[in-house]
Amino acid sequence: MDFSQIVPALPDLWEGMKLTLELLVMAVVGGIALGTVLALLRLSSNPLLSGFAKGYVNIFRSVPLLLVIIWFYLAVPMLLNWITGDFVPVGAFASCLVAFMMFEAAYYCEIVRAGIQSISRGQVNAAYALGMTYGQAMRLVILPQAFRKMMPLLLQQSIILFQDTSLVYAVGLMDFLSSARSRGDILGLPHEFLLFAGAVYFMVSFFASQMVKRLQKRLAV
Amino acid sequence: MIRLTNVHKWFKDLHVLNGVNLNVHQGEVVVVCGPSGSGKSTLIRTINQLETISEGEIWVDGKNVTDPKTDLNALRAEVGFVFQHFNLYPHLSVLDNITLSPIRVKKMGKAAAEQLAVELLDRVGLAHKKDAFPAQLSGGQQQRVAIARGLAMQPKVMLFDEPTSALDPEMIGEVLQVMRDLAKSGMTMMCVTHEMGFAREVADYVVFVDQGQVVEQAKPEEFFSNPQHERAKQFLRQLRSH
Ligand SMILES: Nc1ncnc2c1ncn2[C@@H]1O[C@H](COP(=O)(O)OP(=O)(O)OP(=O)(O)O)[C@@H](O)[C@H]1O
Ligand SMILES: [Mg+2]
Repeated sequence: MDFSQIVPALPDLWEGMKLTLELLVMAVVGGIALGTVLALLRLSSNPLLSGFAKGYVNIFRSVPLLLVIIWFYLAVPMLLNWITGDFVPVGAFASCLVAFMMFEAAYYCEIVRAGIQSISRGQVNAAYALGMTYGQAMRLVILPQAFRKMMPLLLQQSIILFQDTSLVYAVGLMDFLSSARSRGDILGLPHEFLLFAGAVYFMVSFFASQMVKRLQKRLAV
Repeated sequence: MIRLTNVHKWFKDLHVLNGVNLNVHQGEVVVVCGPSGSGKSTLIRTINQLETISEGEIWVDGKNVTDPKTDLNALRAEVGFVFQHFNLYPHLSVLDNITLSPIRVKKMGKAAAEQLAVELLDRVGLAHKKDAFPAQLSGGQQQRVAIARGLAMQPKVMLFDEPTSALDPEMIGEVLQVMRDLAKSGMTMMCVTHEMGFAREVADYVVFVDQGQVVEQAKPEEFFSNPQHERAKQFLRQLRSH
């Protein structure tokens, strides 16, 4: 075992980590936004809308993420081509981002739905009684309370997503894990670099989880 | 101001409102009472359409609220509603609770809305609590904030659904005092309550509801001293024995 080569490789690995984090942040923000829309559809009294959201969630929860990533890598350029009639080059990053957003939205949707349902009926009634529309009641009264309650679960889900971003190796993106692997291969030290990468994933996820637990306790009081 | 004609409501098989007719004129205070499960909450909630009705008509301030063309949000902005469990927004300060709808629904300026809120808080004796959060207030204080929140929309009518029945006994008085002042200021009010003292002092009419029907409607002194219907007599006996 020779870990001495890791330090000089850190700038490269950091580049990989930056891609991982960029992808993570954008996928979390987009996934929660889309998941919230899906949750509102799911809770709608219109059977068409709630049926659509239900189908969406069931489909994405029943297929492997890796498959979604590969499929979007192949399908997104084709779709865009079909829509715009032009050839639009789509990088692996963009297609992965779309794949993560749409896949994670199914999970965020269920969290947001439970969060909205946990807010007492009296809150919506109060908002309506004070003249608010459905949109205003959701935006100003229900969602702010629901997100506060859901924050730990949303973060926990995002930690899982942090680990899952490593699947982008399948379409050749140089995220943290891929850059560690390629560095290790080049230097002939694959075990050392993989162990190091594993340690980093563990540390980040573990400490993030601890922080979520503390947040959960704080919100509970 | 409020007129209900032949209002029926079913929850599936349950006939909760059974042909209710009711009139509340401008400036009147009407107290609604009746046994638990008789349909009082359902009745008062139909007036601002928190509950829909199955049959009949409801008019508020010259508008037919059951007409699909009526702008419900505009109507509700003119009808204050005070809930049994206050339903303050727990994530907002007292001041923001009060100003939220004036700013967002009535498009009032922030400064004007806050000034109005402070005046109303002063009126309910809670000006010093404007920056507190609901969880930091007692039940009685929360309910007074909820009344101020309703008044901030400058409504033409105020509806109350058992505003004191979730309160500890020592807090009932402070809320009733606010309601009394409001009644004396000329506000049109409809209150579901079993507070007989309040009814005697400010109500123009007492409406007794049982099994979804208005069984008796009378001036408070008549109703309390000489109820006509057997069910009303029984109800009052039970109320007094508590
Ligand atoms: N959403 C609902 N779905 C089905 N039944 C309901 C619903 N809301 C109320 N009910 C029923 O309608 C009847 C009247 O209820 P309501 O709440 O209007 O009575 P109430 O007079 O206000 O009683 P209380 O004094 O206990 O508040 C009750 O039998 C109740 O169980
Ligand atoms: Mg009730």
